[in-house]
Amino acid sequence: MKWHMNPTDMIAFDHLTVRYRSAECAAAAAIADVSLTVPQGTVCAIIGPSGCGKSTLLRAVAGLVRPEGGCVKIAGGKADPKKYRIGFMPQNYGLLPWQTVRENIVLGCRIRHDWHAGREEDEARLARLMAALHIEGLATRYPHELSGGQQQRVSLARSFLLQPDILLMDEPFSALDAITREEMQDVFLALWQEQHVTTLLVTHYVEEALYLGQKIALMAADPGRIARVFDNSLGGCPEKRGSREFFEMSRALREEIRGISAQHAGEGAAS
Amino acid sequence: MKGISHTLLSYLTAAVFLLAIWWGLALLLELPIVPTPDKVFVRLTNVFARDILEHAAYSLWRIAAGLGLAVCIGYPLGVIMGYFRQADRFLSPFVYLTYPIPKIALLPILMLLAGVGELSKILMIFLIIVFQVVVAVRDAIRTLPEERYYPLYSLGASLGQIFRFVILPASLPKFITAIRVAMATAVSVLFFTETFGTQYGMGYYIMDAWLRVNYLEMYAGILVLSVMGLLLFGIIDCFEHVACRWQRK
Repeated sequence: MKWHMNPTDMIAFDHLTVRYRSAECAAAAAIADVSLTVPQGTVCAIIGPSGCGKSTLLRAVAGLVRPEGGCVKIAGGKADPKKYRIGFMPQNYGLLPWQTVRENIVLGCRIRHDWHAGREEDEARLARLMAALHIEGLATRYPHELSGGQQQRVSLARSFLLQPDILLMDEPFSALDAITREEMQDVFLALWQEQHVTTLLVTHYVEEALYLGQKIALMAADPGRIARVFDNSLGGCPEKRGSREFFEMSRALREEIRGISAQHAGEGAAS
Repeated sequence: MKGISHTLLSYLTAAVFLLAIWWGLALLLELPIVPTPDKVFVRLTNVFARDILEHAAYSLWRIAAGLGLAVCIGYPLGVIMGYFRQADRFLSPFVYLTYPIPKIALLPILMLLAGVGELSKILMIFLIIVFQVVVAVRDAIRTLPEERYYPLYSLGASLGQIFRFVILPASLPKFITAIRVAMATAVSVLFFTETFGTQYGMGYYIMDAWLRVNYLEMYAGILVLSVMGLLLFGIIDCFEHVACRWQRK
């Protein structure tokens, strides 16, 4: 079967299957036969019940797991973290505890060998980013001295300073309280508007997917697969967040996810 | 600054307290084998520059050489075993089978193989420290969650960068603790090895004074050896303070 890719697609999953090898259960596929494309310069939100392989999808793009079948392509080529700049924000923010806030932010650029400490334009870019994220006073602190929201900001600063080709976010705001979460979503959107980096966002909050994702992929579990993909006209528009349309949409989406989970539970009981 | 002077004061208090106990015991027992501290200190000032300094230098050199050798071999070995599962599977049995052997019991063999001179003494200290370093570094790296590497892997980091940004800092605290624990044993072992085949070192000095029934010099030697140990601990603490900034409370 030949599978075609649109030239504007930045990330493409082509019949991807990933299986985790562990001592107890050798066979269960984390994700099976997933095909999905993310156009250049858009945010695609992946939503679904827990255990449906959402995070595995991201790890496959970042080259952290080896696919058993199919492949992941970035800009038409094989996904390779050495070739493309991939900003990866894991659930726990991925900050190194032994580095200061400044060192953590700069880490991505240092690994890619394009950070020159003291060079005016680099320092200016860093200062501007830290100011935009309101963390300019924390440069010499260590991660364990920060609140969850502050760690999140540092992680965002690292990703956006890198100016990545693609950005992968694994439930980035889920550990934050409701108020901070909405605040961080706005912070993310503001930064995103500047760079328009192609983003894959995994979440289990329906509102977050609707608010940030211009494209939404619904996943089902056992094995992890795409249930439905649709374009979301509400994505990236702060003014529509409080609208009736947004509210209706989130209710309908929640219903659908509940349906997928129930179907899955039914299958589990039958087998 | 306040913290440092506070620490110094508490250490000084403890030192004075210990001296008082020593003094009390000496007055109580009234034996030549337990002299009062004042006599020992007077003797120490007389013989320190003339005699003890040279012996102390020999002892310090042996410890430094043994420690250096143990770090040069033990640290890379620990890193390899901690990071590469295959290497660990292959090397672990060797480490675990040789670790429980009381190294000091090997001294006669070492002296036959490496001679009674410097080499056997340095090798002995090396053997005492190296296992602790290997096991501590390996465990520190092995207990790192896989996720710790993800930000670097996803950036396409090289092995060198992974070592510099994750493995090295992650293993430092346990590495330093291992050195600190091993150091106490190393000083004791040093004393023992210096009672054979040498005319230099604090071990020789103390035993020689004992044989000459010169108890004051013997005590002076014990005092210097103790201060030497304290100095080594101090150096390790300073190193930890500088190298593990993020762990400061």
